[in-house]
Amino acid sequence: MAALLSPDDWSAIRLSLQLAGATTVLLLLLATPLAWWLARSRSVAAAAVGALVTLPLVLPPTVLGFYLLLALGQNGWIGQLTQALGLGLLPFTFGGLLLASMLYSLPFAVQPLQQAFAAIGPRPLEVAASLRASPLDAFFSVVLPLARPGFITAAIMSFAHTLGEFGVVLMIGGNIPGATRVLSVQIYDHVEALEYPQAHWLAGGMLLFSFVVLLALHLFKRQREQT
Amino acid sequence: MSLDARFALDYGDFALDVCLQLPASGVSVLFGPSGSGKSSLLRCIAGLEPAARGSLSFNQQCWQNDAGQRFVPLHQRQIGMVFQEPSLFAHLDVAANLRFGWQRTPAAQRRAGWQQVIDLLGIGHLLARRPDRLSGGERQRVAIARALLASPQLLLLDEPLAALDFARKQEILPYLENLPRELDIPLIYVTHAFEEVVRLADHLLLLQQGRVVAQGAPSQVLSRFDLPPEFADEISVVLQTQVTDVDTHYQLATLQAPGVTLQVPASGLWPGQARRVRIHARDVSLALHDHPDSSILNRLPATVLTTSPAEHPAHALVRLDAGGSEIVARITRRSHHLLQLAPGMPVWAQIKSVVLV
Repeated sequence: MAALLSPDDWSAIRLSLQLAGATTVLLLLLATPLAWWLARSRSVAAAAVGALVTLPLVLPPTVLGFYLLLALGQNGWIGQLTQALGLGLLPFTFGGLLLASMLYSLPFAVQPLQQAFAAIGPRPLEVAASLRASPLDAFFSVVLPLARPGFITAAIMSFAHTLGEFGVVLMIGGNIPGATRVLSVQIYDHVEALEYPQAHWLAGGMLLFSFVVLLALHLFKRQREQT
Repeated sequence: MSLDARFALDYGDFALDVCLQLPASGVSVLFGPSGSGKSSLLRCIAGLEPAARGSLSFNQQCWQNDAGQRFVPLHQRQIGMVFQEPSLFAHLDVAANLRFGWQRTPAAQRRAGWQQVIDLLGIGHLLARRPDRLSGGERQRVAIARALLASPQLLLLDEPLAALDFARKQEILPYLENLPRELDIPLIYVTHAFEEVVRLADHLLLLQQGRVVAQGAPSQVLSRFDLPPEFADEISVVLQTQVTDVDTHYQLATLQAPGVTLQVPASGLWPGQARRVRIHARDVSLALHDHPDSSILNRLPATVLTTSPAEHPAHALVRLDAGGSEIVARITRRSHHLLQLAPGMPVWAQIKSVVLV
């Protein structure tokens, strides 16, 4: 198999896994408070933010990538901020890809968490408060454990979805080997070069991986429903 | 030692406007039809209705004041709560549920011992189980124990038996009856079941459409002639009696209250036992003479105290003094007229049925 995949292929696989892993970890940290707020707030602001968070589900990735490229660029407001902070410019770097991936996969992390938090309802928190737990204490000791299935779904979906992204990556990261050339771009390159066998190995591998992940998720959910 | 509260809460279609003072000991029952605001009032006391304006103090601690600069959140009030539906933490087994509040209570504040509470609620054999492996009654007992182990200064129970069937209710009621005596914790208990009122209440608050319509000792409240129309059928007295004798031949027990001797079927009664009984006004009829030739066993000499029109124009209510205990009777207005009842008149009260609670 090592012979079937070139060093470039392996580099793309490694990069994809790194990107998906980092995106998932950061996204869960960000999505947890956001989903909590969306699940509990009745304000107009929460409704607006809820809609914004869902946008990446319906927008073409290229649209998202285009605006991100502008915002992150030399004259964009994020670009000026990162330059002021001495971080340089993010487009065509791993950091830029990470930011774009987080935005692109945001709904896949927020929605399962939001549903899990909403399903818990206010009662366990009221009970916890009557047992002397402060709101923060109750969040960690009651809400997080009860929302565990939501976290598992959110992590798996974020990881799998980030692995599969293409449009945003191309817009924001380009195609730099070892830095921003992820699996999906590598497959595209193989196809462009008519290297179908190599494309098959990568594409088939991804197909299998995604299927196994989703199958595991469904089995996990079914098992939970039975207990 | 008391709980003083004034609350106003307006949800548009429902408004709560109450002012109350509850004793900080024994069992206070908030009673009323659904929608009367009793659960909302309980949540106001817990601090779970932030929209409620008003003031609340408990044993000289101010939990909420009028101006709104003071509002102590629930987790700092040291209030225990038991809800209608089982609300055990699903991710923890019974022991971990019980430890939740126990661990968060400083040792110096612990008023109830771990083993004492577990024995009191009879849940020692359940500790390793998950909540979904418990019956409804067991869950509620664990929930009560969990609340007690956090050593609350006040325990609030929101219809804790409403979701249970009759047998489960009978299983839990004795535990609830024992609580105030065993642990010296005041209880505020919301219910819409008269049985629970009569069995548990030391102090009764009647709510209707978000207002307190009567409050006081249960017998006083339930025997008021001005109860709202939906309670008209419930006008009654509650007597604290002592079982003095059990006749094994006829299987009848003799119960005594001041000036009153009653005979009831001796199911589960033994001499020396203290039992509350309830006598509905609708089950008491009046005669000018004793009728030993009737099948009615419980006939008491009494004196008419007051008479009053009843909710239905065909009825009249009569309050009697039966040698130290009050009895109320609901008779027809026509009988009232024929017997020419007036305060001070001696009569015989014929009691058709006595409810053991």
